[in-house]
Amino acid sequence: MSNLIEVKNIVFEYESDDAKKNVLNDFSVSFEQGSFTAVLGHNGSGKSTLAKLLNGLYKPLKGKIIVDGIDTNDPEREIDIKRSVGVVFQNPDNQIIATVVEEDVAFGLENLGIPYDIMHERVESALEAVGMAEYRKSSPHKLSGGQKQRVAIAGIVAMQPKCIVLDEPTSMLDPQGRKDVISTITKLCKEKGITVILITHYMNEAACADRVVVMDRGKIVLDDKPNVVFSNVELLKSIGLDVPQPTELAYQLNRCGIEIDNTIITVDDCVENLKKIFLEEK
Amino acid sequence: MLKDITFGQYFPVDSVVHKADPRTKILLLIGFIIFTFVCNNFFSLVFLATSVLAIVVLTNIPLIIYLKNFKAVLPVVIFATVLNMFYVKTGVVLVDWWIFTITVDGILRAVFMALRVVLLIMMSAIFSYTTTPTSITNALESLLKPLKYIKLESAVHVLSMAMTITLRFIPTLIEETEKIMNAQKARGADIETGNLLKRAKALIPILIPLFISSIHHAYDLAESMECRCYVGGVGRTKFNKMRYGTVDIIGGICFLVICCVIILLNILF
Repeated sequence: MSNLIEVKNIVFEYESDDAKKNVLNDFSVSFEQGSFTAVLGHNGSGKSTLAKLLNGLYKPLKGKIIVDGIDTNDPEREIDIKRSVGVVFQNPDNQIIATVVEEDVAFGLENLGIPYDIMHERVESALEAVGMAEYRKSSPHKLSGGQKQRVAIAGIVAMQPKCIVLDEPTSMLDPQGRKDVISTITKLCKEKGITVILITHYMNEAACADRVVVMDRGKIVLDDKPNVVFSNVELLKSIGLDVPQPTELAYQLNRCGIEIDNTIITVDDCVENLKKIFLEEK
Repeated sequence: MLKDITFGQYFPVDSVVHKADPRTKILLLIGFIIFTFVCNNFFSLVFLATSVLAIVVLTNIPLIIYLKNFKAVLPVVIFATVLNMFYVKTGVVLVDWWIFTITVDGILRAVFMALRVVLLIMMSAIFSYTTTPTSITNALESLLKPLKYIKLESAVHVLSMAMTITLRFIPTLIEETEKIMNAQKARGADIETGNLLKRAKALIPILIPLFISSIHHAYDLAESMECRCYVGGVGRTKFNKMRYGTVDIIGGICFLVICCVIILLNILF
């Protein structure tokens, strides 16, 4: 499939009080149409900055970002870029604008000047897509964190973007909310064909993706399928990241001399592999 | 919990008054307030009071809710009434002691003023009980639309956007205030005891974090609004369409009839 987003040799830095901090230096990456990519990295690795660069909130100092054939530096196409790449942030409270769920989902559509009838249809289907249709008349402050985050996602989905970038969407949620949000975005990717870029530091969430990009200090360290990425246990630990628990178990077993496939990332795979080993021994 | 406070005083029941277009309600509220002052004798004022009572019945909200509303303003009403009573010195004197004179005219005047104040409170109560804050905002934006002819269109939009966001963030900020208060209490802050000055000073460690965090909220919210293609009021469509219905036409006609009767009563007596 073709690339929806291409990041070519960009340089980006924040101007802080004392010194210029180089966040991304000669950074390149591309994202395929319809893919589900997880971006992993420690604090300060530049992953959140990448999210804001992808939809033109920040502009690269050097280099180019091409989204669906549009340069994010093009001031005339700013709305088009934000329309094709939606960003969901960490804190759901700061993304909800209206006092009623459905009105909030409609906010982006109101801004785009979508006609009344189409707007109502789209709000309806966006709320259904995230499983929040029954709460359409509720006030946001009465919802749980996970529900609020799903409303925020619905607000982006309603604009029918080609790509959704989620910047640590689950870091402020409880385990149930986290699960709901991840299953929602997986569904959006598989059923609606929306390109998903999930920025996270939860390893088990990254394991759901088709591809994992690991960043460290503004550089890509690893970029491959999840099981290949996570088999580099030592490298990941050296940059302050963890691996999913099944991978960790396999790694430790291997070190103890028990030979087990070290590319397993899910609990089910782990159980299967362990079964095989024990049955062979018997 | 602080969080459970209702905002505005919206009272969710089903009634014709609830169903009426918020714009009609705003305009009629203004109209009724003006006509409260147009009334210059008891006949017209009592007639207006009867009409207002009729609307109260139509709202389907128990009268007791309205009466509770008076509790807070009762001292003000009494003060104004008493003051009026001593102010009028004409007519048959009932009591004359030191600098105080009470006359029949004075008492009538006082009752008249009291009734007027009560009516004004009642009218605004009807409005706020039957109209959600969101629809008030929408109605204001719609009513102020003519301002675009003097190039103030964006100001109107900004105003209503600000109102919406304020309403949205009140619960969030209350929740946060609670959290900060608890955090400061856990560090040994004493908020509840001491004299007024001491307590005011104790609020500083709560207000500063609250202030900073609301700036953070604002910054994040602005970014997220930008991500959802917000560029201001130009070219926006609305999710909620307001439509004038039969209720509004009937309401308008009733209001006009009431006005005519009031003017007639004013002239006749």
